[in-house]
Amino acid sequence: MPGSPLVARRLWITALIVPPLAFVALFVVYPIISAFAYAFFQWHGLARGEFVGFANFYKVLFTQPYADWTLNAFTHNVLVFFALMVLQNGVGFVLAYCLWRELPGAAFHRVAVFLPVVLSTIIVGFLWKLFLHPLFGVVNISLRGTGLGGLAQPWLGQGTTALWALIIANAWHMVGFPTLVFLAGMQRIPGEILDAVRMETESEWTKITKVVWPLVAPSATVVFTLLFVGSFNWFELPYIMVGVDGSPHKATDVLGLYFYRTAFGDQSGSGQDFGAGSALAVLIFVFIALVAGVITFKLRAREIQL
Amino acid sequence: MKKLVCSTIVALGALMTALPAMAEELTFWSWRQEDKAQYEKFIDAFEAKNPGITVKFETFEATNYNTILSTALAGGSGPDLMFARAYGGLENVANAGYLLPLDKTNVPALEKFAPAAVAAETARSSKITYAVPFASQTMLVIYNKDIFDKNGLKEPETLDDLVKAAEKLKAAGVMPFGNGTATAWQNEVMVGGIASTLMTRGFYDDLMAGKADFMDKRYVEALTKLKEITKYFPDGFIGLDYASSQQLFASGMAGMFVGGSYELSNFKKQNPGIKMGIFAMPGLKAGDEKLVAQYFDGGYAVNAKTTKKEAALKFVNFLASQEFGQMFADDLNNISAVPGVNFKDPLLGEVAELNKHSIPYIMLVHFRYGEPSGSVLLQGEIQKLFGGKATPEEVGKNLTTGLAAWYAPFKK
Repeated sequence: MPGSPLVARRLWITALIVPPLAFVALFVVYPIISAFAYAFFQWHGLARGEFVGFANFYKVLFTQPYADWTLNAFTHNVLVFFALMVLQNGVGFVLAYCLWRELPGAAFHRVAVFLPVVLSTIIVGFLWKLFLHPLFGVVNISLRGTGLGGLAQPWLGQGTTALWALIIANAWHMVGFPTLVFLAGMQRIPGEILDAVRMETESEWTKITKVVWPLVAPSATVVFTLLFVGSFNWFELPYIMVGVDGSPHKATDVLGLYFYRTAFGDQSGSGQDFGAGSALAVLIFVFIALVAGVITFKLRAREIQL
Repeated sequence: MKKLVCSTIVALGALMTALPAMAEELTFWSWRQEDKAQYEKFIDAFEAKNPGITVKFETFEATNYNTILSTALAGGSGPDLMFARAYGGLENVANAGYLLPLDKTNVPALEKFAPAAVAAETARSSKITYAVPFASQTMLVIYNKDIFDKNGLKEPETLDDLVKAAEKLKAAGVMPFGNGTATAWQNEVMVGGIASTLMTRGFYDDLMAGKADFMDKRYVEALTKLKEITKYFPDGFIGLDYASSQQLFASGMAGMFVGGSYELSNFKKQNPGIKMGIFAMPGLKAGDEKLVAQYFDGGYAVNAKTTKKEAALKFVNFLASQEFGQMFADDLNNISAVPGVNFKDPLLGEVAELNKHSIPYIMLVHFRYGEPSGSVLLQGEIQKLFGGKATPEEVGKNLTTGLAAWYAPFKK
């Protein structure tokens, strides 16, 4: 019945829902789907060529030199994920525990640990590039000043140290985030449980492994999944600190940089190839979506409902 | 809608032919935002002589230029005239049929241009030239004259002289070279600026004739010497990025800088008081031909689908004229590709003089036509060489086998 309050209400709800839905469809869903579609065509610059099926996927996975490049970048992403799992999430857990136990200076450290997180990646990248400057960087100057000049290195120029330098810069930047999430998880543990534990044992280790760790499982799910997604989408920090080539000699190349170079080209003459680039983007997307799904599913299963 | 546009264009075209006196406006696209004022001056000079034609100069950010241009050309809405890249970058646009072929019938001045310059704007397979080349860049050694004078040093005649000069600077507490190679493309610059003389013109000719590859003794020997010279680069130079290395030279902390001729105006801007000289890398013996590595930046091209072909060709002929070349060199401080230009800036004159003994900047000029590009390979391999991860022999082998993926003469 036109004019009835129910119809008006429905119209009103429709009017509220449709614009954002259209917005998301146009600017999120459509680009993703078109990137999927791009991957199945040959490209001449920006002009779309003929439909080639899975040829672009085959190219980036199995033909040289792409196959080596893909494997090299992927291996680095895996290394970054595991290293950050220890240096970012591991250290974050320890820091959170210390803050939660209110060790001396906790109030100050709560701010200090979280402060770098609010800095933009650009600033952190340039800051660490300066820290690691071979001549004037604070790292090498400190080493020389303390008689450890032999350890001073061109950190970002060596294949053996460059990727680790990036990993440490990233951990320094982001460690506050898992710390905060774990801390929130710990603060949610009911006091009665902790009192009960105190009756049973004095051991800090038992408390952590048997009580705290299982009870912060939901926090762990969150930070593990986000770290996984972040590690395989890693782009800004390496782009700023070592450039789009994964310098030196691709020792810091990761999937994000590799995709960008392949699709858009770089000034060293690798041409633009939207087909291969889109194929890489699709592979990265599918890989992240699948594994992140599995991780979330597995980790959810071990969470304990209080 | 399309029909309407078409008929409008036809009507406009008819109007143009019917009223030749009416002003024709040409659009001219460029990636040189920083040169806009100078180009407007050049255009004024053209318009003064060619009443009835006006040129509108539009600039785009350099890194996005290729994308913007190819999108516009593919959509049929490109400019009448445009900056085109050189070598592989030119072919991307030209082979799609977007550019008007240029030859001695429509641009007579092209005949007098250096063959290397014209080759930069010519598609390899069809041998058709698509643009009037505008400038060249040269890889050489730049030095700080005040530092050299203070230490009683002269431009070196042999490699030994250079080593002695570097030792002297080191002893005096000055960094001999300011270069760093953490930024990938700088590694290619080191090969062009330092190794060209050492690999010799004979090697380059053999390489082009298909008689030599990068495993050739002359190339490997040149890389060996290159690695030895890095002894005089700053401590930890492999971790030093491009911007930092420029600052070391511009601030007077380093005596020499291996780089492109484009650095000269840059250093002048950073430090207006700096007095610079340039030289080509010397060889083992005083009589060896000293070589610099040269390449061309880009050229001026005409849209194949322009409706104002005659006016556009008039403008391109102006861009190929000596009058324009002279203004280009004077106002933009660049090595114009137009033959017979005199350089007001003595340093530019010296660069032009050095260019008489040059070989092409090999990877950029000849090996950017396939994947992996020679430049990408070389940059990575030289980083390995400098980082102690590869010997000169291994670098030569990896370059050759890497390029064999698409470069026919290396396929065995």
